Parts: sequence; C-alpha cells; structure tokens
Amino acid sequence: MGKLLKNRELLLVGAILVLIALIAWRFPPFITPANLARVYNDTSILIILALGQMAVILTRCIDLSMAANLALSGMVAAMLNAAFPGLPIPIIILSAMALGAILGMINGALVWKLDIPPIVVTLGTLTIYRGLIFLLTNGKWINAHQMSDAFKSFPRTDLAGIPVLSWLSVVMVVTIFLVMSRTPLGRAFFAVGGNPHAAVYTGIDVGRTRFFAYCLSGTLAGLSGYLWVSRYAVAYVDIAAGFELDIIAACVIGGITIAGGIGSVPGAVLGALFLGVIKNALPVINISPFAQMAISGMVIIIAVAVNARAERRKGRVILRKAEAV
Amino acid sequence: MAETHLSPRIIPDRLEGRRARLLKSWESLLLVVACVIFLGNSLASPYFLDPWNLSDATFNFTEKAMIAFAMALVIISGEIDLSVASIIALASTAMGYAVQLGFDTPALVVVGLSVGLLCGIVNGLLITGLGLPSIVVTIGTMSLFRGLSFIILGDQAFTGYPDSFSWFGQGYVWWVFSFEFTLFVVLAVIYGVVLHRTNFGRAVFAIGNNQTAALFSGIRVGRVKFTLFLLTGLMAGLASICLTSRLGSTRPSIALGWELEVVTMVVLGGVSILGGSGTIPGVVLAALIMGMVTFGFGLLNVPGIVMSIFIGLLLISVIALPILWRRARRRLAH
Repeated sequence: MGKLLKNRELLLVGAILVLIALIAWRFPPFITPANLARVYNDTSILIILALGQMAVILTRCIDLSMAANLALSGMVAAMLNAAFPGLPIPIIILSAMALGAILGMINGALVWKLDIPPIVVTLGTLTIYRGLIFLLTNGKWINAHQMSDAFKSFPRTDLAGIPVLSWLSVVMVVTIFLVMSRTPLGRAFFAVGGNPHAAVYTGIDVGRTRFFAYCLSGTLAGLSGYLWVSRYAVAYVDIAAGFELDIIAACVIGGITIAGGIGSVPGAVLGALFLGVIKNALPVINISPFAQMAISGMVIIIAVAVNARAERRKGRVILRKAEAV
Repeated sequence: MAETHLSPRIIPDRLEGRRARLLKSWESLLLVVACVIFLGNSLASPYFLDPWNLSDATFNFTEKAMIAFAMALVIISGEIDLSVASIIALASTAMGYAVQLGFDTPALVVVGLSVGLLCGIVNGLLITGLGLPSIVVTIGTMSLFRGLSFIILGDQAFTGYPDSFSWFGQGYVWWVFSFEFTLFVVLAVIYGVVLHRTNFGRAVFAIGNNQTAALFSGIRVGRVKFTLFLLTGLMAGLASICLTSRLGSTRPSIALGWELEVVTMVVLGGVSILGGSGTIPGVVLAALIMGMVTFGFGLLNVPGIVMSIFIGLLLISVIALPILWRRARRRLAH
C-alpha cells in the first residue's frame, strides 16, 4: 500500500518532469530557475486550496463552494481595506481566514448535524456565497486604486529572493502535512474516509471529523481570498468563478480518490503543480490559451483512469466474476 | 456519500393507505409550494396572469427540464452527469460550424443530436467500460467538451442560423403553446412512463438501491447505465438545439453553469442524490417552481444573482426541513 502510494507520486513527478522537458524543447527559457519560481508562485493559491479540498475529499465529502468562499472572503478583505486603509495587513488576513472558516463551518454543520449529502450542501452554498457578494456590493467592483499599497504589495514582497505568496504556500503545505501525519485529527480524516463504520467503532466522531475538514477547507479558502484579491488587485462578484473544478482536478490528478480515504499532501501539491505548469506553458509554446480547458479535461480523465487501475489491484473483490461485468 | 445512519429504522405495524401516502408525499408538498408561488406571483405583479407572459415564462425552464428528466434517471441509478452544460456548448458549436459549411435546418438537427449522443457515448464508455466514478469522469468531460468549443470558437461567435431553424426555440405549436413547452410535456410523459411503468425503469431503481443485488437478479447493470448516459447526452443535444435556436448565436460560454441548475432541479424534485428513489412528476413540479420563481423575480426586477441565492436556499431548506421535521416528530413520540 505505502509502496503503491509512493509509486503514484513518483509517477506524477515523472509526468511533470517530462512535461517540463517537452516545454523546454520548444522553449528553452522555460526551465530557468527564475521562471520555474514564477510558475510555482503562480500556482501557490491553487496549492493552498487543493490542500483544503484534499482534507474534505479524504472524508468522503466534497467542497464545491471553495471558489465562492474565496470570492466572498476576498471581497470582504478588499472592502475592509478600502474602508479602513490604515488597518494592518495581518488583521485583514486573519479576518479573511475567520470569515472563510465560518463559511466552511456552515457547510460542515449542514453535513454533520443535518446529514445532508455534501454535494447538495456545497452546491447550495456555492450559489448563496456568490450571491452574498452581490448583495454586499450591489455588483460594484473594488479596483486597485481603492486598495492600499501595503494590501497589494504584501504577497509580492521579496523574502530571500522568493515572494511572500510562495512562502505562504510552503508554510501551509508543511503545516497541513504535519496535521495529516502527526495529529489525531489528520489520522481521523483518513479513518473516516477509509471506512466510516469502522471509524465509529474506534471512537471517532464521523460527523465532527467532516465538520473539521470543512473548517480547514474554509479557512484556506479565506486565506486564498485575500491572496487572490491582492495579487490581481481587483475584487468583484465573479472572481475565481469555476475555479472549484480546477481545485478538484488538482486533487484528482494528485491521486486523491474521490471515494475517500486515499491521498496525500505531496499528491495534492503535485496535482496542482501539474495544472500550473500546463497553464503557464501554453502561451510560451504558442498553443492558444483557449486549449487549456480541453487539456485539463483530458488530464483529469487520464489521471482518474490511471488511479483507478492502481486501486483495482488492491483486492477486496470477493466475487471477481460479478465485479468484472 | 454520507451513509452513516446508525439509528434503527422503525417499520410500522400497518402500512398507510394509498391516499395517505400520496398526501404525505414529496410531490404534494411541491404542489403546495408551486401553488403558493403562483398565488404570490399573481398578487405581486399584475403582469403575471397573462397567457403570453406565462408562455414566455416557460422558456426559463423547458430546456433545463429536458435534461433534468434524463438526469433524474442517472441520479436514481446512483450516478451523476456534470458534463451536460458542456455538451450543450459543444453541440451548439458543432451546429454553428455546420452552418458555416452551408448545412440547412434538418442537417443541423442531426448534427446537434448526434454530437450530444456522441458525448453521451464517451461518458458512458468511460464510466461503465472502464468502471470509473461518474462524478470525476464528468468533471473531466465537462472541461473537455467545453474546452473543445473554446478551441474551435475562441472569443468568436457563430451566427447566421437559417430562418427555419429559429422555429425550435421561438415557434409555437398552437396558440400560446411553444414548441419547447410541447416538447417538455411530451418528454415528461415519455420519461414518466419509462421510469414508472417499464422494466427498464424498475432496473434503474434496482441499480440505485443496490447495484450488486441488481446484478445478481439478472439486470445488465453496465448496459442500463450506459443507456442512461447516452440518453442524457441526447437530451443535452436536444436542449442545445432549442437554446441555440432561441438565442440565434453560439458562444463557447453558452449554458455556463447549467449543470448545477439541472442537478438542483432534480434534487428539488425529490430525487435522492444518493440514488434509489425519485419520481418524474416531482421533477416536473420542481421545474415549474424554479421557472416561476425566476420569472416572478424577473417581473419584480430582482437581479438574477439574487434569484440564485433563493434557489440555493431552496435547495438546502427543501432537504433540511423534512429531516428536521422527522427529528422533531421522533422527539415528540418518545
């Protein structure tokens, strides 16, 4: 099992390296360290979001509302900054994360306390959260000139040659990795997804674990909300529309099984990086950016087919003949 | 997904009669909600109770409802298809392309339907042939199909559809009854009969309730599921013809986000997202409710995004309320 997991991530590393090599063959400057660092920086937000989605998917749930949560938290962060330009950035970040966490808690509470299927809950909150942005702003945009310089420059600030945005994603990756592998909560995520009934008998509250997974995904979406808005220096109703599918795609490519219980932090990071490399490479090798959507669609299908084949060898098939039909 | 019910299920000594069950059913609740919304709308706006206005209102839901019927069957069988809106986009793009090649209306219809069917076959093969989870496969094909239309169209649009083609989305069969509404009624009857009165329909329920048991009772699970995805593709192709004809142009962003509205419609109609239960009359009522809410809000100048908040709240509350109600009743009984 552990060997298989390692294989999958190695496979993904290999795929990314092949991809980068192919791009470098068409456009050598792509592999300069400065450019690769830029690609990583550009993918940072997706990585942070994929970590949250991973926790949710591990518990056999799904969070379709992450992008809407990001947009709402980002908008509130921008509005805070526009209203009180003197407010220190850490407070803005913390309030965006807190709002994100609350929105995640709403999802989690509906799944936990009312036992509503996660896909229905987050489908509903997806439209509600995005609608709330409209109610909050009446459809108005918050543009660059309304934001303070500190607000916009924070993710760009250089720290040892690398922007704060990249550092933040690294910190998040390490933190979530430690949570997943070193804390009871992290193990509970896997246990709940692997076998919810067995988890109950080992003393894990399935609903509560799912609730915490949603809190985590919400908090990370809130953080990403601030990062997104300050990076692109604009906030409006439709920012990151449809991005929820990119997040899920990153997880699926990273080998996180939609049926729960299987996945890893490196997988999520690599899945996000794979999409990030494709997105950044298309313009430089003269493929129309319009092709990006079709390519990521193909990649998702191939990734899920490859992952499913890897899982099938795991066994647990009692009636092989019947399953084969 | 959430399947950890540990509370014991109580089986009553005497099953309720047919009439009592009908009264307590989801569909009667929906009917009451529909009537309330209808009354509310007619009180709120003097323009609501006009046959032509009501006829216009049907365009809000007919295209989505066509897909919702097939989607209901897919969801009852325990799967989901999130690629329907992208199939609309691809079929519409193909029809627009065919127009550039000088095809006429009958050929356009064939193109639209066959692209839909082809997309359904792709989904069906990946899901039943390779045994992949439908939610991920259709998220993938959702990107793929719309991505293909983006590759073909970029930021351009196809226009110049022949005049005779506009009948599907703008024509009337008789008096205020549009072609789309007539099609909606006919399809509702067909799907109702197929789901509730045929062996195929029984098979769909059986698969949704217990796939392994269905397999052992001689149901060709793979074939039934394949047919369902094929049907959904075909319906998306049909909806694409109607929508393209109504709008008279094709952009790659056509019908963006419809998959969520279609799923909402199906779930609102009382189809369990976990599979195994649901009815076509429920879906019809849900379609009417969503159409009337959208139209009524439109008459009151409520912006579209506020309507979507309402639909989202409706989706969650409509599922949460019966659960809370059951819980409250159980607490009273103890």
